[in-house]
Amino acid sequence: MTSLAPLTAAELEEWLDKELDAAPSSHRTTRAPALALASLTRAKQDFARHWIEVIAKTNPELAFHFASHVTNALQQMPTEDTKTWIIQAMDVYDKMGLYPAVAILTDIATFAKGSENKSRSAALKEIGPVLELFLQALSGRKLKLEPNERAYTDTTTVYLPATLGSLPSRVDNIRLYKIMAAHLWAQTWFGTFQGTDPQRLVRHCQKFPDPEYARGLFYALETIRLDACLARELPGLYRELRALQTASQKSSRWALYAARLETRDATVDDTYETLDALYGEPLPKPHIYQGALNGEAVAVAISERLDQERAALQAALKHLLTDKESKAPPEGGHRFSLQAGQESERAMVLMLDGHPLVPPPDVRTLMHSIAQDFGGIPDEYLVAAGDEAYVPEVDKKPEDAWKGAYHEDGAYLYNEWDHRRQHYRKEWCVLRELDVHPVHEPFVADTLRKYKGLAARLRKTFEALRGENAVQRRQKHGDEIDFDALIDAFADLHCGHELSDRLFTRNRRFARNIAVMFMVDMSGSTKGWINDAERESLVLLCEALEILGDRYAIYGFSGITRQRCEMYRVKQFDEPYNETVRGRITGIKPQDYTRMGVAIRHLCRLLNDVEARTKLLITLSDGKPDDYDGYRGEYGIEDTRQALLEAKRDGIHAFCITIDTDARDYLPHMYGAANYALIDDVRKLPLKISDIYRHLTS
Amino acid sequence: MKARAVEPDGFLITKEPYYESQGDEIILFESAYRNQIPVLLKGPTGCGKTRFMEHMAWRLKRPLITVSCHDDLTASDLVGRYLITAGETVWVDGPLAHAVRVGGICYLDEVVEARKDTTVVIHPLADDRRVLPIEKTGEVLSATPEFALAISYNPGYQSVLKDLKQSTRQRFVALEFNYPAHDLEKRIVDHESGVGDERAEKLVRFADMTRNLKGSGLEEGASTRLLVHAAKLMASGVSPQAACRGAIAQALTDDPEMLAVITELSASLF
Repeated sequence: MTSLAPLTAAELEEWLDKELDAAPSSHRTTRAPALALASLTRAKQDFARHWIEVIAKTNPELAFHFASHVTNALQQMPTEDTKTWIIQAMDVYDKMGLYPAVAILTDIATFAKGSENKSRSAALKEIGPVLELFLQALSGRKLKLEPNERAYTDTTTVYLPATLGSLPSRVDNIRLYKIMAAHLWAQTWFGTFQGTDPQRLVRHCQKFPDPEYARGLFYALETIRLDACLARELPGLYRELRALQTASQKSSRWALYAARLETRDATVDDTYETLDALYGEPLPKPHIYQGALNGEAVAVAISERLDQERAALQAALKHLLTDKESKAPPEGGHRFSLQAGQESERAMVLMLDGHPLVPPPDVRTLMHSIAQDFGGIPDEYLVAAGDEAYVPEVDKKPEDAWKGAYHEDGAYLYNEWDHRRQHYRKEWCVLRELDVHPVHEPFVADTLRKYKGLAARLRKTFEALRGENAVQRRQKHGDEIDFDALIDAFADLHCGHELSDRLFTRNRRFARNIAVMFMVDMSGSTKGWINDAERESLVLLCEALEILGDRYAIYGFSGITRQRCEMYRVKQFDEPYNETVRGRITGIKPQDYTRMGVAIRHLCRLLNDVEARTKLLITLSDGKPDDYDGYRGEYGIEDTRQALLEAKRDGIHAFCITIDTDARDYLPHMYGAANYALIDDVRKLPLKISDIYRHLTS
Repeated sequence: MKARAVEPDGFLITKEPYYESQGDEIILFESAYRNQIPVLLKGPTGCGKTRFMEHMAWRLKRPLITVSCHDDLTASDLVGRYLITAGETVWVDGPLAHAVRVGGICYLDEVVEARKDTTVVIHPLADDRRVLPIEKTGEVLSATPEFALAISYNPGYQSVLKDLKQSTRQRFVALEFNYPAHDLEKRIVDHESGVGDERAEKLVRFADMTRNLKGSGLEEGASTRLLVHAAKLMASGVSPQAACRGAIAQALTDDPEMLAVITELSASLF
């Protein structure tokens, strides 16, 4: 390959103007970036130009900023890191919009430093899943993990820095993460915020002339107490924690009080007392694993939880009562009470009218969470809710999602593959499941009448496919004696041969173990006879599958833009093929666009939850992937292909049945050469589809 | 035709199997036995179901015949079959028929694993008829009062395929087993392994932690049996962390992330 000469500034300026035609304005020209780019080698120029092109397709404005900074970045960092920098900026743009993304592009220095540190720093994103499970295992209320600049907890979520790089090696930094998380967990588990007053910390500190200092002192003292708790409960972790502690000079008074806080019975009350006593002492230097105490956030989180959990517990108790209603209530009504369990300090037994009651696991979790806040369960919580008790959570309907503010609530988020970046756009698609409204028209009966002959033939062929009892002959072990084998064996024996030991028959059932998911295109383009053909095909398929006994589900897909991907439930795996399902098949109507990747990802997720030896995903489609917001052409095809590759990795076989006559151009690339079928006449779809299914599964 | 001689004493348990009662299960079992009602033991794996059966067989002084069910277990595997020896066919009792004949306790372990049609052969034995028809010999065995049937299953497997049919389960007195309470479990681990009180305590704490992870990547938490394994390793000189990793973490999961979590937990505790 001959290396080309670098492009000149003038050439670059012209190219940039063409590429970014929307972005530059009168007071902003492409001259400066072009001049800078001209100083690079041709290889780096090409690298920059490639990404300018890619980014300009996402947002020209962002591409302009990128063009202005890329030269600088390429001078400061190796190309590989520059790529990471670009991808990060694009991710931020996808999630938070233009300005934060521009900020990342501008601040090359920080990024360059970060990538230098990368080899020894640890990122929360990588270690987060392990940490979250670690915290969950340590017991107590389930804590979420979120990145935040300062480490603290509001008793619901544990906030930790997104990266840690202060220690010399990566292993050390990972260990620091663990200890920070455990330290914050200790705050929630050993009762730093326990008590009836969620505002206690804030109020107590305000009593002092310098509340900020008081809070710092409280934190230092409480850390002594918590560390001692950790030493008792998790000695292994404590050994690691000790290695990270910073020694500081303490007065004798301090040492005296510290010793008291380290005793087994010390509670947060002792810490408050010690705070009053030691107010005025110099603040010791905080340990590296300490974060901050955020009394305000704790107060908000606890108050919110208290109401919610009280209502939830009372509703649960009421539920328990209705289960027990057969027993006549004693005088004065039912009474709930608590008794200390024998198992451990924190165990408790729920009693109803003096008899122990075993609450369901969710109620038990709730009781433990309340006890974690109060150190017990207050009596007023142990009253079953009245009939007029309010239900804390109103059912949200997915159809309402677009009306209110909670548009990502309860939806599934999926990544999407951007082939130009060669990276996923994270949590890019918002998908929701909806029900197809059943329509009760005689469509199914009509179809069966229309294809009477075909239906009868299908029945026959599928019955032949059904798992059958087969008798295996001449087995070593079995249920019955195989007399033919026995007679042969005796003949052999009389001739002086050896007696065979294969003298039994064995019944074996060849069970079909198949789960198949049908993904039906409900895009607007299926309107008319394609939709009819699809529905007719589904009717015939269902009839055939009922004979076979294979597990199957049917989902329709459509949507408009990445924020509104929709899956329409026609039949779920555990649902029988009944009137409702028939009504839903009848009710399948063309909707909007065809965003295939996200639909495939969602259905694979559902398939993954099913236990079957063979899993099939069969798509009925009328054309290429296509959506309103640029999901078309190569982009759509590549994302769909990527989704199918993911499916393959999960052991799901994907197959596509299409009526698009151009399909030969792109389907082999997406599904693989043998994994699609093209039907040139849509009217033949119902005829062909069952045949295709039979071939696929036998 | 002559039944193959199996000494009934071969299944008799002469030494008391160690068992700590968790509640009223011993009394319940004894009453069910005296009233000739079959028993269903429910509970997660490794919580002491099989040990309980051994203990009860010892208490009641009856031979215990245990069948571990698997998905290829057929009715003839339980009832019996003809075998061919030296030119003639010989009927050989299966474990169930044998237990009926000698008046022992037949324990079908993990009964849901067996084929659906297999579980049906125990139906006539499990109601007040208490007979076992042997279709192939034309014989109908009538159980003596000493005979008892017990089955076990683990309701934790959340698979529709592995559920017990109502017609089967409604013939039994059900005893629910769970992991023993904290102190009790500690005593069991210590007694079985001799690892010492302090380490047994930590092991039980460790087990509680893994049980907190059930449903978040672990199908089951560490069972008492696993704890005993780890404790035995420790008692013979293996370091606590290596013992936890080998006997518990690796036994629970293959997922590297989960292994990391469990290893961190044991490192924090010991």
